[in-house]
Amino acid sequence: MNIIVVGLSHKTAPVEIRERLAFPPTAMEAPLHAMLALPGISEGLIVSTCNRVELYATSRDADAGIAQLKRFLAEHHKIAIEDIEPHLYDSRGEDAIRHVFRVASSLDSMVIGEPQILGQIKTAYGYASEFKTAGLILNRFLHKAFSVAKRVRTETNIASNAVSVSFAAVELARKIFTALNDKTVLIIGAGEMCELAARHFVNNGVTSVMVTNRTLEKAEKLAQEFHGRAVPFSEFPHHLHQVDIILTSTGAPDFILGHKQVEDVLRLRKNKPMLMIDIAVPRDIDPRVNDLDNIYLYDVDDLQGVVQANLKERQKEAKKAEAIIHEEIGQFFRWLSCLDVVPTVVSLRKKMEEIRQREMEKTFASLKNLGADEKKAIEALTGAIINKILHQPTSVLKQAQNDASGDSYVDAVRALFGLECPAPEGEMAHIDQDVSGK
Amino acid sequence: MSANVLLFKIALLFYVVATVLFFMDVVGRREKAGTVARWVLLGGFLIHCATLVARYVEIGYTPVSNLYESLSFFALTVVGIFLLFDLRYRLTVLAAFVCPLALVLMIVGSATSKAAKEINPMLDSWWFPVHVTLAFLGNAVFAVAFMAGIMYLLQERMLKSKKFSALYYRLPSLGTLDSINYKCLSFGFPLMTMGIISGAMWAESAWGTYWSWDPKETWALITWFLYAALLHGRLTVGWRGRRAAIFAIIGFLCLLFTFLGVNLFLSGMHSFSALGGR
Repeated sequence: MNIIVVGLSHKTAPVEIRERLAFPPTAMEAPLHAMLALPGISEGLIVSTCNRVELYATSRDADAGIAQLKRFLAEHHKIAIEDIEPHLYDSRGEDAIRHVFRVASSLDSMVIGEPQILGQIKTAYGYASEFKTAGLILNRFLHKAFSVAKRVRTETNIASNAVSVSFAAVELARKIFTALNDKTVLIIGAGEMCELAARHFVNNGVTSVMVTNRTLEKAEKLAQEFHGRAVPFSEFPHHLHQVDIILTSTGAPDFILGHKQVEDVLRLRKNKPMLMIDIAVPRDIDPRVNDLDNIYLYDVDDLQGVVQANLKERQKEAKKAEAIIHEEIGQFFRWLSCLDVVPTVVSLRKKMEEIRQREMEKTFASLKNLGADEKKAIEALTGAIINKILHQPTSVLKQAQNDASGDSYVDAVRALFGLECPAPEGEMAHIDQDVSGK
Repeated sequence: MSANVLLFKIALLFYVVATVLFFMDVVGRREKAGTVARWVLLGGFLIHCATLVARYVEIGYTPVSNLYESLSFFALTVVGIFLLFDLRYRLTVLAAFVCPLALVLMIVGSATSKAAKEINPMLDSWWFPVHVTLAFLGNAVFAVAFMAGIMYLLQERMLKSKKFSALYYRLPSLGTLDSINYKCLSFGFPLMTMGIISGAMWAESAWGTYWSWDPKETWALITWFLYAALLHGRLTVGWRGRRAAIFAIIGFLCLLFTFLGVNLFLSGMHSFSALGGR
């Protein structure tokens, strides 16, 4: 049985095409069933996000299956296949497995390491299991993909550096201060970005927030949200020495914090370091302040630079993720090939033969007075029993290989007789919970 | 080859392996390597301890009398102090900075003469092991502060200039590095002070005078004043961060000069110890 993938993404298709091929999440049942009705397709799943539309399926004949899926995609959306063909990619077997693992691990995303895609695939899988279009293979396959994505997330730093300006501020603070929970944040002005950054700070341990604004009510309102306190704008300079992190975005035409002022504050706070995030344009803080020891001043452009550096770092971490995926593909592929009838029959027979040999040795060891003829007769007898027992299951398996039930038979035989197969599923329970909780 | 020299080479080999593993972790992004490296380093440390004991048994006095022995003992204390710090901070990147230092000390040591000194009646005093142990422990703590200082300056440079290399992501926060600086100072300074006092006691019992202003003593005192100034600055006017890092670096260079340079360039009463003694 082959796993096949057909799809398009932000890398191969412009948004005009992607939006026309998208599947609305409210109406997944019909397309999923239509997909399963295609000749040769035995399981199916549809992932549809704003950046990609992908069909995962299993089929005996990979080429025919891929052609079916492509035609289905065009016909379902009433587009000429020639129009979408150049934007489509397809893969099968190991490549298909790699593709899905990479997508789930967010290596194929526009922003590498972004966490949404995994949730989107989980949702897609939720529909496929709700409408029973995911069978044995896709079930295991998707669970495996989820566990691979989890491994990538925990074993690499692919998602650990901020790619948003507001969160980059928090990470900068973490590179300066040992801990954030005893730090005080001062918000000057009421910029949206400042508010967002402040929220990140609070979520990451900061407990003390101060807010100042030319309009005191605005400051009070924001302060309430963070359980902080408001300070009149004219008085905020007197509080600066208690502040470790400043987030500022006022509409002031001139600097509201000058070099000399900051120098004095530093002396007051015994040179304890300060992080200043100046998101205002024109800037609120004199850039020369950055030259002072223990002052770290970042403006919007600097934060963008941090984000760029973080993206580069994520790309480096992606290499580690590729290695993990490579490892997991091998494991899953071994399981998948286990599902073939011939290796199953072979290992079933081998297992029986092993049991027979072991038991005969035991018997021969305890019955020492057996002659050569008797031994031969016992050997023939046990051999015949095994052949008789295996005859029916073997022929059922061989027949089943031609229709869709084959995989379940193989799986059942493997489970019933304890035939070793590398277990591909990761955190089954955990994922099932996620899916049903949706 | 006598047992202690063989053990020394095995310990050196362990240190090499540990250093390589630490670099694999920091540069090659293999976190597991760092965990293995710690055990290898601990193994090397224990073997190194055995080296010291074997040497003691062979020559009959605390083996810190020539350059080979001194460098080996210095490396031992550096590794030991690092392992202690690692319990608290667990910073692989610090290991990647400290281990090469221990390695260089070991390699330079192994290149010098391993011949033991004649038993000198002065080395018979029990002040001798007390003095060298305290002094070297102090040195080792300051070696860690030195490395943390370099790391601080690198990290601070990147944060100020807003140009981030791969190291930025591996280095700890400035706050952590600064707290290492302070910890080192608060352990290293008393050790160094006691090292100097015990040295004076030893001098009194050996030569009948506490202090004779030979170059080594003078430089030790200069170094002591440097660290005293830093400690004072930290506690009173809030010297921290960059300034403290720079002080830790200068202090250690001074200390190295006291340890090695004085014997190379100046002569004095400590010269009997052929570069090593203090």
